[in-house]
Amino acid sequence: MSSALLRVEGLTAGYGAAPVLHDVNLTVQPGEIVAVLGANGAGKTTLLRTLSGLVRSTGGQVVFDGADLRTTKVEQMVRRGIAHVPEGRGVVTELTVDENLRLGGLWRRDQADARRALDEVYELFPALAQRRAFAGHQLSGGERQMLALGRALVGRPRLLLLDEPSLGLAPKITAQIMALLRDLRERTGLAVLLVEQNVRSALSVADEGVVLALGRVVTRNRAAALRDDADLRHAYLGF
Amino acid sequence: MSQFIYLTFDGLSRGAVYAAFALSLVLIWRAARIVNFAQGAMAVAAVYAAYSITSATGSYWLGFGVALLAGLVLGVTVERVVMRFVDHSSPLNGVVVALGLVLVIQGVLGIIYGNEFRPVETPFSRDAFEVGGVAMLSRYDLFVFAAVGAVVLVLTLLFTRTAIGLRMRAAAFAPDVSRLLGVSVGGMLTLGWALAAAVGSLAGMLVVPTELGLHPTAMDVVFVSAFTAAVVGGLDSPIGAVTGGLVVGLLLSYVSGYVEPTVAPMAVLLLLVVVLLGKPGGLFSSSRARVA
Repeated sequence: MSSALLRVEGLTAGYGAAPVLHDVNLTVQPGEIVAVLGANGAGKTTLLRTLSGLVRSTGGQVVFDGADLRTTKVEQMVRRGIAHVPEGRGVVTELTVDENLRLGGLWRRDQADARRALDEVYELFPALAQRRAFAGHQLSGGERQMLALGRALVGRPRLLLLDEPSLGLAPKITAQIMALLRDLRERTGLAVLLVEQNVRSALSVADEGVVLALGRVVTRNRAAALRDDADLRHAYLGF
Repeated sequence: MSQFIYLTFDGLSRGAVYAAFALSLVLIWRAARIVNFAQGAMAVAAVYAAYSITSATGSYWLGFGVALLAGLVLGVTVERVVMRFVDHSSPLNGVVVALGLVLVIQGVLGIIYGNEFRPVETPFSRDAFEVGGVAMLSRYDLFVFAAVGAVVLVLTLLFTRTAIGLRMRAAAFAPDVSRLLGVSVGGMLTLGWALAAAVGSLAGMLVVPTELGLHPTAMDVVFVSAFTAAVVGGLDSPIGAVTGGLVVGLLLSYVSGYVEPTVAPMAVLLLLVVVLLGKPGGLFSSSRARVA
């Protein structure tokens, strides 16, 4: 298991005195898509926020590519190769599409490649290319999700922490985003930790699933196995 | 007509200073969501530093440079040593701390320099040019326009054309997202305070010689006008600050000239009330976010 890109062991975290996550274990291999599933309040978003340092962990280990992430500052995560697209899309609505995308590459030393990555994002999302000068608040929900995702890609991450990309989006757009994740994985070896309430679409793209309930991992299994486990689906996933 | 022309130029010249000072308030508001009531006292401190240097060396321009530098240093110090530790759960906390700073700075300046008004020289004549017997504006007014214009231009280029400006805007609007994108939000905040305090110091350098002179409380009245200008324009809007500054300057000038100087502050207050009733976010408040 030493080849894992991300290894989380015994992770405990929360806000103030009340822990939200208890003893969470999971691994993400290079190029693997892992779905984190569970009901509202299961701790899915807190898990991502803890991994990227926005929430302080109180115990356990987080190792990314051999380095301890628990001592890494939030500002440094992106330099390590981790891109976190937060829930609610995280587009800076006061900035334009182009400024949002450029922001995704400002930290990079290789500015020439940052510009190339930016052009690739515009090719990937032609809708954004037509709205370069639009402010973030002028975009539709789907466009904002594309922008947040595109901005993460400008940094050429190795691991994408993606929080509820389907939230409030039409099924067709959700399907496009899932297909894009699969495509990115094939082309670039991008690993994704995908938090989703939309279990069907998440399992349609994921290799593996982790089911959280009340901050604990209740099941880790191959996505296909989770899809076929009727008891589990009824108990935790609601379909 | 000649009086109108004179009052207009006089109003624009005052307004330019209010614009610069309002801009310094807007810079901090955008970066930290704090109305820095200590901005006036900080600016006076910088002008005193300039006064000391100019008195010692005889060079106005050396003093001018020192004032800007003192502003930068004061801004960094106030943010790093004081404001960073203010609990932001209530907006009033920052205000109370800033008001405390005013007392401290004015007290210290009084101890060092004494509570007397000191005349301050200007680098250019304040006698107005006359065109066809009509008083227009002075060399000093031109200097004020040039200095404020340069500040507006530099800030505009900084915020719209540079990577650091993009970082500063992003850090102000969305701190968490910015950190995730590798932006040092704390560093941007410090930079914002430094820039704002330097711009405030510039406004102080420009306005103090045109008023009663240098005194620890010399910027108090200017602060009220500039704060009004910033609120009228919309605290979030740099364009609003500049427009608001010019409007307040013109209003003060016209009311002083045509009605009575003593009622001018009331006219400014009236403007504030009218704008806040009509458009509570200020004239240039940004549009609401699209829903869904």
